[in-house]
Amino acid sequence: MHEWALAEAVVEYVRRVAGGGAIAKLTLGLGELQAIDEEVFKFALRELFKEYGIEVRELRIEHEECLLKCRACGHVWRLKDANLEEDVREAIHFVPEVIHSYLRCPKCGSRDFEVIGGRGVSVKEVVKA
Amino acid sequence: MMGVWFEDDPRLAVIGKRLSKVRHVIPVMSSKGGVGKTLISCMLALALSDSGFKVGLLDLDVTNPTAHVVLGVSVGSTLPEEEKGVVPPEVGGVKFMSVAYYSGENPLPLRGWEVENVVREVLAVTIWGELDYLIVDTPPGIRDEALDVIKYFRGCRPAIVTTPSPLTLVSVRRLARVVSESVGCGYLIENMGGSKPSERVSSIAREFGLKYLGTVRFDGSVDSAVGDLGRLKATGMYADVRGVAERLAEDLSG
Repeated sequence: MHEWALAEAVVEYVRRVAGGGAIAKLTLGLGELQAIDEEVFKFALRELFKEYGIEVRELRIEHEECLLKCRACGHVWRLKDANLEEDVREAIHFVPEVIHSYLRCPKCGSRDFEVIGGRGVSVKEVVKA
Repeated sequence: MMGVWFEDDPRLAVIGKRLSKVRHVIPVMSSKGGVGKTLISCMLALALSDSGFKVGLLDLDVTNPTAHVVLGVSVGSTLPEEEKGVVPPEVGGVKFMSVAYYSGENPLPLRGWEVENVVREVLAVTIWGELDYLIVDTPPGIRDEALDVIKYFRGCRPAIVTTPSPLTLVSVRRLARVVSESVGCGYLIENMGGSKPSERVSSIAREFGLKYLGTVRFDGSVDSAVGDLGRLKATGMYADVRGVAERLAEDLSG
């Protein structure tokens, strides 16, 4: 239930920017790299919003593909193309940046690459009712 | 309202809540590497725990964590529990959190904003619960982790570790200035010193309004005790750090 902690962050953020009133639309991004369990995440969001008495009329989740770009040679590749073991995926789930411990650029072998998209949880849009 | 990724980061909204039951945050900082900061951090946490306090230790040396080595934690076989977040395992009575649980002993080369991302992630998901002290081991220098510590741990009391070496003293004055300007208070610990405080170090404490917590004598036996809590606690260094811990607790008890 590590997802719960991130859902809590989103709820606290929404409380802060929206002042606790009803929300017409909340759009969140879920990056492929962090591999958040969407059902668990949405369950936690529902429970926490209920606890704070915040009504969210429309919740949209946008899935973002993880793209990686090598800073040494410029090569861009997809996380999908990387062959990562289950325990490595689990480690990345908790701290996405540890991907640098386990992955290197498939073209030049450098670990100096950046995650140019699809890292983790983000708030895209909050529309107050 | 459209979210801007780094400024509108939801993790920032929950960090204060995660630290709400932590009474004192003591970031252990240094301007130079090799001054014994990680050993001091670990021993300080253990000594405060031995004194009956509830203590957490966070290794925030993100790209080069080594506190687990001092504590004898096998990061390959130990993982924090998941309970509405990440609950740090207890080591010698201290709740211990490190990125090494996830990066293992592999290299973790990161750029500045990636380091900040790790710091935000760890602070947002770690469930410390009630603590008297959270000791934070930081990497040397006045860069991302050091600045993040000052930014995210509002009201913290940084403890700067220095040796009496003239080279270290030049740079420790820079860090002391930053701490004095941005936090307004803090501590100075003299490591690898003699049996008495050196005037050079204690004068820096006076100049920047930092409290001098004492000298920790050089102890050649420590290296062979690393990884073994029983042997670490039997060293002369640990005895000196206990004195530092007592003075710290006394200062914060008022």
